Amino acid sequence: MSDLLRIALPKGRLGEKVYQMFDAAGYSCPEILSDTRKLIFENRETGVCFFWVKPSDVAIYVERGAADLGVAGKDILLEYRPEIFELLDLRMGRCRMAVAGKKNFRDDPSKTLRVATKFPNIAGEHYRRQGRDIDIIKLNGSIELAPILDLSDVIVDIVETGKTLLENDLEPFETILPISARLICNRTAYQFRGGEIGAIRSKLKQQVEARA
Amino acid sequence: MQIEQSILKSEEQILLRLRELYRRYGYSCFKMSKFEEYDLYSRHKNFLVSDHVITFNDVNGKLMALKPDVTLSIVKNYRGGEGGVSRLYYNENVYRVSPRTHGFQEIMQTGLECLGQLTTYHICEVVSLACMSLSAVSEKSVLNISHMGVLSALLERVDLGEEREELLRCVEEKNGDGVKEICRRRQVPERDGELLCYLATAAGSSRELLDRADEMAGAGAVREAIGELRTVVEQVSAMSPVPVQVDFSLVSDMRYYNGIVFQGYVAGVPTGVLRGGQYDQLMEQMGQQASAVGFAVYLDQLERLIPPADYDVDVLLLYDGQDDLQAVCSRAAELIAEGNTVSVQTQRPEKLTCRRVEYVREGGVDHE
Repeated sequence: MSDLLRIALPKGRLGEKVYQMFDAAGYSCPEILSDTRKLIFENRETGVCFFWVKPSDVAIYVERGAADLGVAGKDILLEYRPEIFELLDLRMGRCRMAVAGKKNFRDDPSKTLRVATKFPNIAGEHYRRQGRDIDIIKLNGSIELAPILDLSDVIVDIVETGKTLLENDLEPFETILPISARLICNRTAYQFRGGEIGAIRSKLKQQVEARA
Repeated sequence: MQIEQSILKSEEQILLRLRELYRRYGYSCFKMSKFEEYDLYSRHKNFLVSDHVITFNDVNGKLMALKPDVTLSIVKNYRGGEGGVSRLYYNENVYRVSPRTHGFQEIMQTGLECLGQLTTYHICEVVSLACMSLSAVSEKSVLNISHMGVLSALLERVDLGEEREELLRCVEEKNGDGVKEICRRRQVPERDGELLCYLATAAGSSRELLDRADEMAGAGAVREAIGELRTVVEQVSAMSPVPVQVDFSLVSDMRYYNGIVFQGYVAGVPTGVLRGGQYDQLMEQMGQQASAVGFAVYLDQLERLIPPADYDVDVLLLYDGQDDLQAVCSRAAELIAEGNTVSVQTQRPEKLTCRRVEYVREGGVDHE
């Protein structure tokens, strides 16, 4: 496997769509979509191998050199600031990082704002820029529950359609930044396999531009 | 007794090669204490990789620090006016917060510094030594090089406000989409925006990159920096044992480095293993009327480069406690004299691996 270019894909719907892009670019590995217990899928002809990992782990695999290339959300890249190269915005999996809370929430700037989030660094940076004193409550899931049960005043989380928020009487107040999937690359791999990596990037870029 | 190189850990073997290399080029060893007065770091925090420093009170109440950096100590001790340039190398442990583990780490670092009234020759010498250091680490390595003046001169003529740091991060990550977006938001003139994007993403031979950047830069400080970079790259490349590649996205800390900057990569190590450049600003801030250039090799990154040995020992020599003591001792001595590593045991340890097993029995030695 050491001679193959190793590509970490995020498990789930987004990963499958991303694989289709690699497939269309000529880096097929149809076995990856079959129902199998295999963990790594190789295509020696095209010189690549793919593996599925938890979306939030893709950047770790790439940063530490276990994968040469990967696809990770901008949210993860901003939260963990891995030392990687961010080669291309795939303009897929688009959503936004937003501040949300109960519809009737009125902010009182004289009080410390309680913020529940899975993204303490992004949230912290956002409020630091505003000079606002906040109390970050780090949660690992079901963030929307926090303001409903008065655990927090607001949440900072990914908003796709806003439907979950709406169904729970919550609403987004402010967009912090747009999010989409990015093609990322290990810094050392780029030095020694720059030609192959550049070719993949160009073929994916053509697809991104054709979609625009 | 002849000492086998293989007894040394990979980073120790590399260290010996580097010492020899630096000594041959007239660099002398700089040895320092593990501690420095904290005041040195608090006054020059801007130049440290991280704000975090391990501190403690000495018995006289003075606040001390486990050193997070070697260069500051070398610059502090530099005495100009002695004629010529000062050439020093070091091998020290530094104590820094690792961004990966979010905790302090002891990092073994070796490197060199060249201080004084430097000429282009000195810059070329240090960059060449960086190339030779990489070559001493691995046959498959590469040195990326740039000139901080290219980006800093360009950034002086565009107004990025509070997004300057974010733009530098995008350049460093080769994130062309990010650079474009910031330039669009900050209404950076089209020509400068294109150049910024090119600096972040350009790939190709060093000559192509330098020629294209030169064309795009127009007259002024950006072009001057490209010219200086070209001189160094042409000179160093001609003699370097490893490829030297221009990479304008190399954004080392602008508060620290000002001229030539470089970073070395070795295949099989996921992050850069060598980092260096010119740091005249630090010299100035510390009251030194001189220039300086140097680099550090991060030896802690290299321990996995040499694959682990297949066996713990060559020979496992077994005897049953009643055997002839002299026979056991002499067989062990024989094996060692033949160049084997030997473990003498009465029973086979569960996890010990060996090339072969021998038994000392009454009347002789049996092989498995």
